[in-house]
Amino acid sequence: NINPCVQIIIHLLSVISQNSAGQFFSSGHTNNWAVLVCTSRFWFNYRHVANTLSVYRSVKRLGIPDSHIVLMLADDMACNHRNPKPATVFSHKNMELNVYGDDVEVDYRGYEVTVENFLRVLTGRLPPSTPRSKRLLSDDRSNILIYLTGHGGNGFLKFQDSEEISNVELADAFEQMWQKRRYNELLFIIDTCQGASMYERFYSPNIMALASSQVGEDSLSHQPDLAIGVHLMDRYTFYMLEFLEDIHPASKTNMNDLFKVCPKSQCVSTPGHRTDLFLRDPGSVLITDFFGSVRKVELTMDAINLTDPINPVNGEEQKEVYSYADQLPVSEIIHQKPKQKDWHPPDGFILGLWTLILLVFFKTYGIKHLKHIF
Amino acid sequence: MEAAHCQPPPREKWLLTEELVIRPLHSGDIYASFQFRTLWDTDFMRENKVSHYRLFPKSLGQVISKFSVRELHISFTQGYWRTMQWGQPFIPSPPGAELWVWFQDSVTDVDATWKELTNVLSGIFCASLNFIDSTNTVQPSASFKPLGLGNVTDHSFLRYATLPREIVCTENLTPWKKLLPCGSKAGLAVLLKSEKLFHSSFHSQAVHIRSVCQDWQCKTTSWELRQTLNSVFDLHNSGQTKREWSLFKMFSRTLTEACPLASSSKLYIDITDNPQGEQFELSPATSLLSQAVVLGDRRTFSVYDLTQETTFGTVRSLNLLIRWKSNEGEMLRPLLHAERYVAGYGLQTGEIHTLMYNNHPYRSFPVLLLDSVPWYLRLYIHTLSVTSKGKDNKPSYIHYEPSKDRVKPHLLEMLIQLPPNSVTEVTVQFERALLKWTEYPPDPNHGFYVGSSVISSLVPSTVAMHTNSTRERPLFSSFFPCKEESSYFVRIYTEPLLVNLPTPDFSMPYNVICLTCTVVAVGYGSLYNLLTRSFQIEEPNPGLAKRIANVIRRMRGVPPL
Repeated sequence: NINPCVQIIIHLLSVISQNSAGQFFSSGHTNNWAVLVCTSRFWFNYRHVANTLSVYRSVKRLGIPDSHIVLMLADDMACNHRNPKPATVFSHKNMELNVYGDDVEVDYRGYEVTVENFLRVLTGRLPPSTPRSKRLLSDDRSNILIYLTGHGGNGFLKFQDSEEISNVELADAFEQMWQKRRYNELLFIIDTCQGASMYERFYSPNIMALASSQVGEDSLSHQPDLAIGVHLMDRYTFYMLEFLEDIHPASKTNMNDLFKVCPKSQCVSTPGHRTDLFLRDPGSVLITDFFGSVRKVELTMDAINLTDPINPVNGEEQKEVYSYADQLPVSEIIHQKPKQKDWHPPDGFILGLWTLILLVFFKTYGIKHLKHIF
Repeated sequence: MEAAHCQPPPREKWLLTEELVIRPLHSGDIYASFQFRTLWDTDFMRENKVSHYRLFPKSLGQVISKFSVRELHISFTQGYWRTMQWGQPFIPSPPGAELWVWFQDSVTDVDATWKELTNVLSGIFCASLNFIDSTNTVQPSASFKPLGLGNVTDHSFLRYATLPREIVCTENLTPWKKLLPCGSKAGLAVLLKSEKLFHSSFHSQAVHIRSVCQDWQCKTTSWELRQTLNSVFDLHNSGQTKREWSLFKMFSRTLTEACPLASSSKLYIDITDNPQGEQFELSPATSLLSQAVVLGDRRTFSVYDLTQETTFGTVRSLNLLIRWKSNEGEMLRPLLHAERYVAGYGLQTGEIHTLMYNNHPYRSFPVLLLDSVPWYLRLYIHTLSVTSKGKDNKPSYIHYEPSKDRVKPHLLEMLIQLPPNSVTEVTVQFERALLKWTEYPPDPNHGFYVGSSVISSLVPSTVAMHTNSTRERPLFSSFFPCKEESSYFVRIYTEPLLVNLPTPDFSMPYNVICLTCTVVAVGYGSLYNLLTRSFQIEEPNPGLAKRIANVIRRMRGVPPL
């Protein structure tokens, strides 16, 4: 039997004209994923969480569902006790825009955001009991957006003030993803100090990278809010958010406009980008190819046979009468027999000790005592 | 004339009840407790496949059938319940996350199933429950008896774990709301807005799954899913000047309709302290009154039935207003409450004190104290002492499981009889362990949490409790099953403890590497040079004039200068 998916596609191709079929498969990707990571802990790094949440908000607004977003926040700012407005994270001062929202799902939070977990998510090497929402289940037709923010330096990014990931490790992880066919095209955005050093070592095809500052430059934060008391956003992501707010799912804006976001006059640092590994021309890549999830709908006029519904079998009524357990049965507890400890064979140490004692005994007193024992 | 056969109407296979209880507290704060209960008449265990989940959420149904769960209780709490100021809560919960599960006796490897279950739940609730492992899981031997039906109570199928550090925020509320049949779009759940709920002194959301009797004969069972949310809103924190509460002030929303899938949707206001309306005034007025015996006391409630159109009036929305008139009135002192703290100084030893107060004038009652202490606080059990009124009080049952470094925590369970009108103090000394440097969290100077102690007790009640478990009781009074009339079961949690462990200087590896490399470079380098350097005599470079002169002399054939 032919796979029903193949049947539908054959049917589709035979019905519609060649032009539409070509358009259907032109951009090369069929699904979108996003991995958004904030690597900083502590209240004064509020702006890194706000950066990540603003990208999360844009990506959700443009259509990528929560099941296709892996959001990693290293610390909780919204319900932090220092937050004067709980359950909110603001990106603009005077509390204009709450990027935390009412419908947020954080997949990795707190101590779970480590270099190991990040690399495992990217390469797909997670323990078997990891739930689906924590996995990056991309295939070779997925476009993935990876956004990192935090404190970084020349060639490394700091995770939670206790470990770091180097640009070589990141490049190798992307190469693993390429070898395992885990992405079609990858857009890598990083907003840290000296961010351009992180994409210097990439060598896998189909990766486009953007960074907020060149090597030797610091990425600066945008503006503090006096009521909250910390800086709310970093400059590069702030202007990128403003740029993304104008994009809607049907926009035709392309990557060249994204490269122009935050010139030196606004950002103080020089944003950089790298497109030499990318096969397509950046001018033909739409923003929504990575930030949005434009889903293609297949129409079919055929009837599809569903399997028969499962009819529950009504078992005979149990004659047993159930009852609720006594919550604090005092007499039962007092007379509870102690648990029988499982018998374990004696340890090697104990065996060795007894052998030593027996040997010493027989050495001292001679072998003739043996017959009294056996 | 033949007698008419009165057939009871065919009972629905699914039943959803929602209710909100609002209890004004004496300090001016207000306590709101939401409960959503879904009853499902099915048996996961006998029927091998269930394909039609209507009101019961599919994610939880699959968890129950895959992991053979008999009972599941999970709660996420932010804040600590202050018993002395607020009384007893309807559903108690400790700060952080708490999970306890009874497995069916068909499960062969309970520990492996527990590990998988915690991972799956961490994905469903967006919480880091995957940090629950053998170092913080215990198997209580007498506490946490099942709250649902079942004739066998073998404690090897019970697991209990807490994560006191777990944060609760909107990302936990979002999946919790998605489990409700009406979501957050209709009924009482429209009031659950995170910006107001988390701006409170106490917030707790929980999911309880158990099997209950279908009818009074109790020959067949049905699954009950209760989602509860308790919040205490602070008068001063919300910036109010007058002592006045309304639904809009609490939740920034008003009620417009009941959930269409719910068979009953009610709003209860506790007016026991306000019989003639002299303490506070309630508007819009309602004529429905109901009495219920809850927490050992008979309380009177004003009821608003949201399934009736008349409740919403002409404006089609219900915004309840409670306005205080006088400030008098004393709160009834709770009969049982507890405190816990760490005493001592320095970073080597300390002492844990747990105080339990019995405020009943003449009755004594038993309490079961469960303490689970992490392995890095090494308890000296020989220093354990229980004293009441200055004299030694020997517990009638002690169960102690010592810890194993990096494998399992301490478990201490004691059944103590509290004498009337007294304070019982339980003290035990401990020593702090030095962890390996990779075991410290990224912020070790914050300290390490020790989970709350659990105190389960049968407290004497002032009125007769209802032992007949029928379904017509309001939800808030039917959470704990009642076996006898003269006492009611209560569970209270103490504060979690925050202890500092001796923390090393984490820059030391870097310092050591630098120092060692410098010493090796300077020491070995100079020694190597001394041993292997050889000296060669080198002519100094002659000046330019001399070089030209030497060239001319060579041409002439004369020896150079």
